[in-house]
Amino acid sequence: MTWSQMEPLLTQGTIDTLYMVGWATFYAVLGGLPLGVLLVLTDKGGPLRNVVANRAIGVIVNVGRSLPFIILLVALIPFTRFVVGTAMGPTAAVVPLAIAAIPFFARLVETAIREVDHGLVEAAHAMGGGTWTVVGKVLLPQALPSLIAGLTTTVIALIGYSAMAGAVGGGGLGTLAYTYGYQRFEDEFMLVTVAVLLVIVTAVQLIGDGVVRLVTRRTRTG
Amino acid sequence: MITTTDLTKVYRSRGREVTALDGVSLHVEPGEMYGVIGRSGAGKSTLIRCVNLLERPDSGTVTVDGQDLTALPGPRHRAGRSLRQARTGIGMIFQHFNLLSSRTVRGNVELPLEILGLTRRERARKALELLDLVGLADQARAYPAQLSGGQKQRVGIARALAGDPKVLLSDEATSALDPETTRSVLQLLRDLNRQLGLTVLLITHEMDVVKAVCDSAALMEKGRIVEAGVVSELLATPGSRLAHELFPVAGAVPGGDRTVVDITFHGDSAGQPVISHLARTHEVDVSILGAAMETVGGRQVGRMRIELPGHPDTNAAALAYLRERGLTVELPAQTAPATGPAPLDRSPAPTEQGPTDELAPEGTR
Ligand SMILES: Nc1ncnc2c1ncn2[C@@H]1O[C@H](COP(=O)(O)OP(=O)(O)O)[C@@H](O)[C@H]1O
Ligand SMILES: [Mg+2]
Repeated sequence: MTWSQMEPLLTQGTIDTLYMVGWATFYAVLGGLPLGVLLVLTDKGGPLRNVVANRAIGVIVNVGRSLPFIILLVALIPFTRFVVGTAMGPTAAVVPLAIAAIPFFARLVETAIREVDHGLVEAAHAMGGGTWTVVGKVLLPQALPSLIAGLTTTVIALIGYSAMAGAVGGGGLGTLAYTYGYQRFEDEFMLVTVAVLLVIVTAVQLIGDGVVRLVTRRTRTG
Repeated sequence: MITTTDLTKVYRSRGREVTALDGVSLHVEPGEMYGVIGRSGAGKSTLIRCVNLLERPDSGTVTVDGQDLTALPGPRHRAGRSLRQARTGIGMIFQHFNLLSSRTVRGNVELPLEILGLTRRERARKALELLDLVGLADQARAYPAQLSGGQKQRVGIARALAGDPKVLLSDEATSALDPETTRSVLQLLRDLNRQLGLTVLLITHEMDVVKAVCDSAALMEKGRIVEAGVVSELLATPGSRLAHELFPVAGAVPGGDRTVVDITFHGDSAGQPVISHLARTHEVDVSILGAAMETVGGRQVGRMRIELPGHPDTNAAALAYLRERGLTVELPAQTAPATGPAPLDRSPAPTEQGPTDELAPEGTR
């Protein structure tokens, strides 16, 4: 296979991967952020303490986290078909990716928020702040560096998952590696695909670290 | 301005029960600086946190500026609207400052103003005004991490004053600061108390804090207030443990056929040549075992331990003379080399006492 043959495939594969990961990340934040916050707020000692709700969210998150992605992928096929009308292609892959990423990110959000000094929460309450003031003006801003680090981890995990989704027809670089590299023994193609994935992962990590540094820089001594 | 009646609070965790407050009634007059002192674990933090209901007492009531906070409606574990409203009028400062590291100094002071719903422009103006008041106008754009401990606490104070509170609660606000900084922060609190008529309730484990700025003081032990009163009156109260701790007298109490007398001078009597007069008029040999002058609650106070020959009964006339002069006269127990009532702390016996005033280290959390 020549480079001119590979190039359009790689370009489309990269776009598809970024598309899947991008949307899944969007849903991970949309779903994971509130779930992570609720895990903390509904816990004992929290302002919305509620054993039932806390357990329920905890169970959902744990099940989602502990299920191997490949199983989730297959198990969700009927649901995916119901939502997007097909189980093939990048759009269909977004469904299992998002569902895997939401609990993954939710736990990281929970951890990040628990790290916030309780004294700050107390201070906000003492000023007359309510629960939403505490969440919006104390917990999230104070946890921002950890949240961004968590998001970086989530995106990188999603890139890995998306390759798996690709192997079962999700499209993107995973499909390329699987169909050309594995099934047709195009070793070069396989290597190039792996290299592209490596570049994407490295770029995400560097960007993530850079943003974390940016939001942390002013707050530490300096 | 602040009244608590019969507050109780029991913490239960894993079958263990800790009674943090055991019937605490406290009354703080408008415009005064009131210090609650006690060892670590005495229940001081629990008490002050009950005043703005950060902690809900199991029973008892809290009234601040005429409003019964414990009667305000609201959900069990959250502050209802009326309680949140009341809290905006009660400032609070903390041992570890509790500033948001993600916000600038000005941003921190603006937080309570945001809660109050001020516009951006009003917030900026008010925040700078408050920072000016605490002497930090030039640090408005700095982040807390760039400030010293004393500066951080000044930001905390500016933030606490954002809602123009009548009451300021201070939970060990100077305990993380060095003595020099402690003095300047206490001075600031005193100035604010005077200038703004701010009522200050502060808790501390350092006797020096009470000595430096408090008009009134209460001693707390095992969830109870064991003594309370106006500092100057306490100093004139024989047998007062607070007075003894505020102003310990040096000098061992020798046994034998002698009379050891602790006398406290305040106000006018501080200037009089009482001792030489006593020696002359009663023809007794007065030995001075220890003496010191200090400023307590802004007033000059002197304490002296003297010794007269002979049994106390034979010195009745001399003692009467001292009392006549308006001095507080106490006869310390003569058995042990301890002075007055049992000391509060584990510090060495006050025989060679310097300014031991730490009730117990609070421990850095
Ligand atoms: N949230 C809590 N849960 C359980 N026990 C507590 C809690 N807060 C305080 N206590 C206990 O209550 C007692 C009084 O604590 P505290 O009010 O912090 O004392 P102080 O401020 O005088 O050191 C201590 O024995 C402490 O261990
Ligand atoms: Mg305490």
